[in-house]
Amino acid sequence: MAGTVRLRVSPTKAPQAVRDPAWVRVLLIAITLLFLGLFLLLPLVSVFYEALRGGVRLYFASLINADAMTAVRLTLLTAGIAVPCNLVFGLAAAWALAKFEFRGKGTLITLIDLPFAVSPVVSGLVFVLLFGAGGWFGPWLTANNLHIIFAVPGVVLATMFVTFPFVARELIPLMQEQGSEEEQAALVLGAGGWKTFWHVTLPNIKWALLYGVILCNARAMGEFGAVSVVSGHIRGRTNTMPLHVEILYNEYNFQAAFAVASLLALLALVTLAAKTLVEWRVRANMGQDESAETPTPPGGGMTL
Amino acid sequence: MGSSFKQHSVIPGFGMTLGFTVFYLSLLVLIPLSALFLKTATMGWGAFWTTVTDPRVVASYKLTFGAALAGATINAVFGFVVAWTLVRYSFPGKGLIDAMVDLPFALPTAVSGIALTAIYSRNGWVGQWLEPLGIHVAFTPLGVGVALTFIGLPFVVRTLQPAIADLDPEYEEAAASLGAGRVQVFLRVICPGLLPALLTGFALAFARALGEYGSVVFISGNMPMRTEITPLLIISKLEQYDYAGATAIAVVMLLASFTILLGINTLQWRHVRRIHGRG
Repeated sequence: MAGTVRLRVSPTKAPQAVRDPAWVRVLLIAITLLFLGLFLLLPLVSVFYEALRGGVRLYFASLINADAMTAVRLTLLTAGIAVPCNLVFGLAAAWALAKFEFRGKGTLITLIDLPFAVSPVVSGLVFVLLFGAGGWFGPWLTANNLHIIFAVPGVVLATMFVTFPFVARELIPLMQEQGSEEEQAALVLGAGGWKTFWHVTLPNIKWALLYGVILCNARAMGEFGAVSVVSGHIRGRTNTMPLHVEILYNEYNFQAAFAVASLLALLALVTLAAKTLVEWRVRANMGQDESAETPTPPGGGMTL
Repeated sequence: MGSSFKQHSVIPGFGMTLGFTVFYLSLLVLIPLSALFLKTATMGWGAFWTTVTDPRVVASYKLTFGAALAGATINAVFGFVVAWTLVRYSFPGKGLIDAMVDLPFALPTAVSGIALTAIYSRNGWVGQWLEPLGIHVAFTPLGVGVALTFIGLPFVVRTLQPAIADLDPEYEEAAASLGAGRVQVFLRVICPGLLPALLTGFALAFARALGEYGSVVFISGNMPMRTEITPLLIISKLEQYDYAGATAIAVVMLLASFTILLGINTLQWRHVRRIHGRG
């Protein structure tokens, strides 16, 4: 096969020359399926298998349990605070960085990415250093009977820290690319700042915004390391769902641990589906020519 | 806001958005992180050095570093195959498989941790086949490697995919028409073009693996000197209220990941400059 390719150069059938032989294709596809099956699919399936192993009744019994429900509620509360805060921040940061030219811009972008470079455990640790009993504000907090570490505020703070860059880093490259001509036109025609934002900017960035929110939310609900450090694992009070999974697991209550874990796995599947839909949507909007340009810049999707 | 600081623009909201950005960034990220370094500064160099070179801590560096390196290497090899297959070939179910690659990002790490432990333990789906061969995965350094491979896979695949899609088939064609075999084309034309992306993906997977906690603690078994990863040591120091010790180890980890990310940025910057220089 290589022989014929070597002898004939036919510009019309260009892809032929760069196509891998059939056996290579089959082999590589087989390796891909085997590797992903072993490393990705098997763990996912095992979560549901272990959760439902003891029967459906036991499964639901371990979910409709006061501690499990509190964990679900705290997880929702945490994400409900962290995601909107980081959404507002992401919009503000992207507006400042994409619409204006000023000194120190590169540094600011690097600093926004900083939480991604920090291990989750270290992210939790910094808040213990600030607000823990032996921390900077520890004595003052104790004197005023305020609790941050080993309490809900600490969980929320740590989650906000680890999910900090998600929305911003989706929006900044997109808005930089889009420039500000449309906004300038709207302003020259007499629209106010907010009106311009709502009617010109927001429609242009809505998919990237949604994408960032989806990723931010998934991480906020699933964060384990950072939250583990600050929560104190108080059952029924400062346990988020991932922490509840850990407690149950360490108590050898595997079935219940996997039952709660299966809810988180469902969340992951919903996240992947939503993310894929947004990507398809954007690809369709951009047309066939730029189909390679998904809203995932290198680094965009790889930070969860 | 002097004119030398900011260029003139008709767009409003600069002061408000930049002010909020800097305020929020400082409050949530910069001040907390600086607490880490200030705390270390109060320790004194001697105490710092003793903490971070304690044999148990050094053993944890070796494990974390080694397992992260192994995981990133496995991902570089298999991630390349996966990315290549997903970009260049078409087969049924490709869209679904492509979406699934992000699973390690989407699945909470604690869930990955207990799932991997269940699979690789003695009676697990995979463990029961490996056990008779004398291969123990759960509660050994090998298990740490497995967890870090799981967590790093999407980094390599997602960095390589756009790079492979951007490869201009004309170069391959030209090489083929000049008499190069497919293997030669792969080694001489395709590989050099993809190397920066591959290295970036490798480094991202490695950096993520260094700090990973949730997916590892369940499968590792956490035996001192053997299967204890560095992030876990930070937690155990905290549990003993040894704030200074925990902070010292955290600073070492932080410096390690900053160095890697600096390397990645340099790599990307040089790559971008090369592309622009060329075209």
